[in-house]
Amino acid sequence: MTISIDPQKTNNESLQPKGWLRYFSFSLDHKVIGIQYLVCGFLFYLIGGTLASAIRIELASPMSDFMPRDVYNQVLTLHGTIMIFLWIVPVVNGAFGNYLIPFYVGARDMAFPRLNAVAFWLIPPSGLMLVASYFVEGAAQAGWTAYPPLSITTPQSGQIIWILSVLLLGGSSIFGGINFIATIIKLRRPGLKLMQLPMYCWAMLGTSLLVVLSTPVLAGTLILLSFDIIANTGFFNPVLGGNVVVYQHLFWFYSHPAVYIMVLPAFGLVSEILPVHARKPLFGYTTMVFSIMGIVVLGLVVWAHHMFTSGTPPWMRLFFTIATAFIAVPTGIKFFNWVATLWGGKISINSAMLFSCGFIINFVFGGITGVALAQVPFDIHVHDTYFVVAHFHYIVYGGTVFIIFSSIYHWFPKVTGKMLNEKLGILHFIITFIGFNLCFAPQHWLGLNGMPRRVAEYDPQFQFVNQISSLGALLMAISTIPFLINVFLSVRNGKEAGDNPWDALTPEWLTSSPPPVENWEGEAPLVEEPYGYGEEISERK
Amino acid sequence: MLNKNIYLILIISLVFAISFWIGFNVNLLPAEASINAPIYDELFKILFIIGLIIFIGMTIAVIYSLFKFRKRNDQIGDGIALEGNLSLEIVWTIIPSIIVLLIGLYSYNIYDRMGGMKELNHNHEMMSSNTEKIWAGISQTSDNEIAINNLSIEVSAMQFAFLFNYPKGNFISGELHVPVDQKVSMKMESKDVIHAFWVPEFRIKQDIIPGQPTILNFTPTKVGKYPIICAELCGPYHGGMRASIIVEEESDYNEWFNKNKKPEVNL
Repeated sequence: MTISIDPQKTNNESLQPKGWLRYFSFSLDHKVIGIQYLVCGFLFYLIGGTLASAIRIELASPMSDFMPRDVYNQVLTLHGTIMIFLWIVPVVNGAFGNYLIPFYVGARDMAFPRLNAVAFWLIPPSGLMLVASYFVEGAAQAGWTAYPPLSITTPQSGQIIWILSVLLLGGSSIFGGINFIATIIKLRRPGLKLMQLPMYCWAMLGTSLLVVLSTPVLAGTLILLSFDIIANTGFFNPVLGGNVVVYQHLFWFYSHPAVYIMVLPAFGLVSEILPVHARKPLFGYTTMVFSIMGIVVLGLVVWAHHMFTSGTPPWMRLFFTIATAFIAVPTGIKFFNWVATLWGGKISINSAMLFSCGFIINFVFGGITGVALAQVPFDIHVHDTYFVVAHFHYIVYGGTVFIIFSSIYHWFPKVTGKMLNEKLGILHFIITFIGFNLCFAPQHWLGLNGMPRRVAEYDPQFQFVNQISSLGALLMAISTIPFLINVFLSVRNGKEAGDNPWDALTPEWLTSSPPPVENWEGEAPLVEEPYGYGEEISERK
Repeated sequence: MLNKNIYLILIISLVFAISFWIGFNVNLLPAEASINAPIYDELFKILFIIGLIIFIGMTIAVIYSLFKFRKRNDQIGDGIALEGNLSLEIVWTIIPSIIVLLIGLYSYNIYDRMGGMKELNHNHEMMSSNTEKIWAGISQTSDNEIAINNLSIEVSAMQFAFLFNYPKGNFISGELHVPVDQKVSMKMESKDVIHAFWVPEFRIKQDIIPGQPTILNFTPTKVGKYPIICAELCGPYHGGMRASIIVEEESDYNEWFNKNKKPEVNL
């Protein structure tokens, strides 16, 4: 069943610190780096969430009365930037990617362990720099999109620090992407075919291709923008003959694929979680692989749907409408396949399963508003309104963040050897699901009826609905309490998990919990059927 | 088996019925006050109903699976070893493709009726050069209508106000007055950062961009006062960047126009 492989030459293990200290070291172990990404990302999630709470407090009343107007713009800029670049992207890619991919391909570490550690250690300083820019001259206040000329005319130090830290984070992301591609393509254990890989590998392969293709464009754009700010060049500055719409094209050439960089790994993770807890094979493996690659290709040619009200000619609007709407097809296939995976299973209703199902429901809703937004005439009315805010929170929070929590419940026993408390987990799910929908569903109505996004003040007629939304945000904030209690209690006194509490078949479960430094005591197992659940196989055992 | 199919058909028709009922009876949109608005609302209704059918259907499928296929306490073992079903997968590739394509064609039709696909054209008397590059916008002006009736207005946006220049009357106003049922053609330009001109009741929006004029044409159909909202983050007072559009009967409009009109200065 197994074929022996040479353990990769990793590093001088004796130099690596042991115990909890290794999480603060320049460790080269992919599992340590994965946890570093996750915990670091979660700390920034708490900061970003605090900023979100500040926004919802401000919007609980129609007047701008909670904080000064320019601070409000800094808060929304930091909220967006932190949640995207310091929480979601590093966690769904860096954290789970580093932890799982070497297991899935049967390797003892990532292809480039040192590059891997560098990629992680770029994140804390750039994140801290970003947060600290508030204390210099005020943080960036042009939104996470940093459209010129606003980003050129607002206080410079904040904007420049913002650019620097996004550049570092983009660099980290590119390093990670190269590493994942190399690991998945080159480090597969002998005998393991591409079409036998767990779905998360395919999702990360697609995501990493997007990262490597599009992030450099953002980096170049931001460097040009920084020239405009500090050296008075005129790339985007209309006063000097620059073109502001070009910036938007370049920015969205990265930032639309960035949405897929945030959701494709989540699609991969949910494909790992559902079969285990439904005790059924993943439905339609091949179509899942093709739809991931379809999303990657289409994801690169839809960016201008963010610019339907900017300076785009009619034919371009039409092309991007069709291309964008067609992403619904491969995405839809995945959702139908997941429901078909549940169908006829023996489903354990636990926290991981509930968060995954919450993800399906939320994401379908966000996907439907997404298809509507792709239609130019529809978008023209709701562009830059709370409708769009609601839509993308359904995608990135209702979608990806739900999957992050689902994954934490699923893999916590593997990482720590302890189970999380299910009662607290289900409580966490219920509060999060209700709070999330209460917060964001009413915002669709706000947008349709005339509330633009990124405002600190609004018409008094919108007050009641905004207060419902703020109440939902309060519930979302509260929902992290049972989660944190659960994690702290379970790490210390959780029920012993054993090596494979879910009876899962993917390779990370075929070793001890927590796994040893080079993943397996002996040879890496060859898993030809990562989703070989189902009655016949269990009888054979 | 027959029984099962009947239940399935019943549930599907129920989902359709509920979606259509909600689609036709729940109004999520503000008042309709321009030619664009009813066209927009037609598209909205269709998308809303299709969306509801898919959303309710998927939600029922997920919740039903969780309930029906949950593991009971006395159960051990796995579910069925079903790895896929090609014909089913082809069905749920093709049907969504067709739906998406039809929606796309339909929204193209809607966009065309709104004037989005027309050659951008701004019939502006003050504009000396015909070759000036117009970047974007919605144009309702068809060729034979261009000639006479358009009310031309020049909009300039700045932090944090809109100014409306009536070239015919040689005056600038902070409020946009327009006569009802008459085509209005606006040429918009920003003095500083990007702004956007949005009237929710008209269902129109267009960015106002520094250095590049944009065009927005519309025809108001309902007398009243509506907010003009800046929809693009433009600085600290972005939320307060508002103006009003006052749609009035032609006689009222003329009265207002003549009161503000300044005599032409001949040099």
